[in-house]
Amino acid sequence: MRYSRLASTGLAATLLFAGSLLAQQQPREIAFESAGDFLKLPADIHFGEVAGVATTSTGNLWVYTRSGGPNATIGASRTYINGGARLFEFDRSGKLLREIGSGPTGRPYSFLFAQGVRVDPQNNFWVVDRASRMVVKFDPSGRVLMTLGRRPEAIGEVGSSAGSGVFGRGGGPPGSGVPGDNFNQPTDVAWDAAGNIFVADAYTNARVAKFDKTGRFAKSWGQTGAEPGQFNTPHSIAVDGQGNVYVADMGNKRIQVFDNNGTFKTQFTNVGAPRAICISPGPQQFLYSSNSNPTEDPFLNGEIYKMQLDGTVVGKFGRAGKQFKEFGMVNAIDCRDPNTLYVAELMNWRVQKLTLRN
Amino acid sequence: MKTRRFSLVTAALALSSAAATTLFAQIPLERTPPDKLTPQQLALRPKAIDAPDIKYEVVRDFMKLPPNVYLGEGIGIARNSKGHIFVNSCAQQTKTFEFDEKGNYVREIGKELYGHVFCHGVRVDAQDNIWVIDEGSNSIIKFNPEGRVTMVLGRRDEWPMGGMVAPLAALDPAPPYIFNRPTDVGFDAAGNIFVADGYVNSRIAKYDKYGKFIKQVGTRGSGPGQFTLLHAIAVDAKGDVYGGSRSDRRIVVFDNDLNYKTVYDHVGAPWSLCISPGPHQYLYTANSNPDNQNTPLHEVSGQVFKMELDGKVVGKFGVPGKEQGQFSTVHGLDCSVPNEVLTSELTQWRMQKFILHPTAEQGGK
Repeated sequence: MRYSRLASTGLAATLLFAGSLLAQQQPREIAFESAGDFLKLPADIHFGEVAGVATTSTGNLWVYTRSGGPNATIGASRTYINGGARLFEFDRSGKLLREIGSGPTGRPYSFLFAQGVRVDPQNNFWVVDRASRMVVKFDPSGRVLMTLGRRPEAIGEVGSSAGSGVFGRGGGPPGSGVPGDNFNQPTDVAWDAAGNIFVADAYTNARVAKFDKTGRFAKSWGQTGAEPGQFNTPHSIAVDGQGNVYVADMGNKRIQVFDNNGTFKTQFTNVGAPRAICISPGPQQFLYSSNSNPTEDPFLNGEIYKMQLDGTVVGKFGRAGKQFKEFGMVNAIDCRDPNTLYVAELMNWRVQKLTLRN
Repeated sequence: MKTRRFSLVTAALALSSAAATTLFAQIPLERTPPDKLTPQQLALRPKAIDAPDIKYEVVRDFMKLPPNVYLGEGIGIARNSKGHIFVNSCAQQTKTFEFDEKGNYVREIGKELYGHVFCHGVRVDAQDNIWVIDEGSNSIIKFNPEGRVTMVLGRRDEWPMGGMVAPLAALDPAPPYIFNRPTDVGFDAAGNIFVADGYVNSRIAKYDKYGKFIKQVGTRGSGPGQFTLLHAIAVDAKGDVYGGSRSDRRIVVFDNDLNYKTVYDHVGAPWSLCISPGPHQYLYTANSNPDNQNTPLHEVSGQVFKMELDGKVVGKFGVPGKEQGQFSTVHGLDCSVPNEVLTSELTQWRMQKFILHPTAEQGGK
């Protein structure tokens, strides 16, 4: 009797201690609002899963979405695919301005399965497409300035220069981090102040590729694994003002930080499985990261963290779900204004504009 | 080849001068007489085949498409409170169309929609939201009455990057939020959502109005609470849930918490179900003729049964065939207006509108 009372007192003390630690570690909740359905679409245009959202310096928005299709043209030896992704520009009020590729030649060759869109400091927009395995740079008027990677000539082709889920021209099985300028299901792009280009080549190749500003391949790091410098789906990428590279290593539930040449510096493991990250501009930069829900459970996790660049969590907000102020697999965050975020949601087929209140 | 004697009476009746442009045709009730049926066909007849015949008319040429618009196979059909009709169809690509109450084409809903892969039905809820069931994208998509997407249940698989992938096998229990060729959706008065996840999985899943999973019931089989191709669902005003188990020809009934209640096995294969509104609700079920006329089943199927909610059959109507007023593999039923039935049909690319005469318990003859 005496023994058990002692034991239970000790247990209670331990629980109390653990509880207070938990309370300390629990980030504070950031109050926020959602602008609801603020993007106005004509009756015959619908978002599907929205993969990317990015603002320009003038406040316009690019939205890259998965759409109906793609359609296959089945030939005897090759199956050709077209369609499946659409890119729209809106003004700051949510009015639709234009669609890229709405003319007679149709959408650009790389628009197959939307994965991301980002805007660089010169207001060029960069479109990342997972199925065409391409990153394409457009100038603000919409002309193509640079193409990175090459679209496979046909679906399922073996030995193409762009890789197709089987060995690419660079050789090596999936996850081996094949270096080179061709991608295998890339997911995101970022730049440093000098204009160097960093591509997250996530789903099949599991590496980061660096190019100089002219598109010349510079180096590559990472392969499948859980060690520092290795990746399990490096899904999103951002670069800070010093040129450090932040990689959302989603499958390993961590954000890895590298210097500008890919040397591992540190990692943050307290923000869940990061699917989308963003670093705000200006003298005091913040890092935002979404612990997005998995496909299997639209009500699990979903919170977005606001962090200092050293990994200190400032706070968190939101949760998974289907209503406004809830998130359905956030796939992209735009944080040009650190208190006005735009999030693109795959599973809720929408963009939300969020205003952070504290 | 057996000659059917569906001598369609085409004498048009102008009901009144105000409706002089609406032409009705009376449909004969004769089918192949029982003494001409084979033993196999007799065995395939629904047990309730001797239910009274309901008198009915078809509204001739009801569906009116503009030039160069084509429906394709009529998959699902539903009507909103304003009488507008929604039909989804395997046109060249899966599409959902809106028609007005007179059957005039209005517009397409969800043009180039990410979730439009291979549709399986459309339903309208009490608030006039439009719900599309798509078995190709494994999604249930909710549109508001204006036709904008407001909620998605399930998720279309991300593109198989290496080419085609084999469909997933059935999972038991199925994951709460992942469908595998869902077939239909229904709603109770509280807005809870009931999904028939029926071609590969064999379950009814219940979600709250925000899409949060509550519970599910069903495995593959023909026992109580089981399904063999759960193809249709309907919910009555009390919240009871009716699941149409097509391949073993049963309607399986559950209470609102998905506890098994009973089974109706006397009305053939429930291809589609609907429940009429009002204080006295009826359950309609389509024992549709298959998409092959050269089968024993064809001659003894192709009728719609009208039932009390407790399973008592009030009457039946319809014969299989391709002419107007006949049924050509009914895949969708709407009965949101009393004594009116809308059908969408697979093997004749159409919707049809039928006017039923009141049955005996309604004061009819």
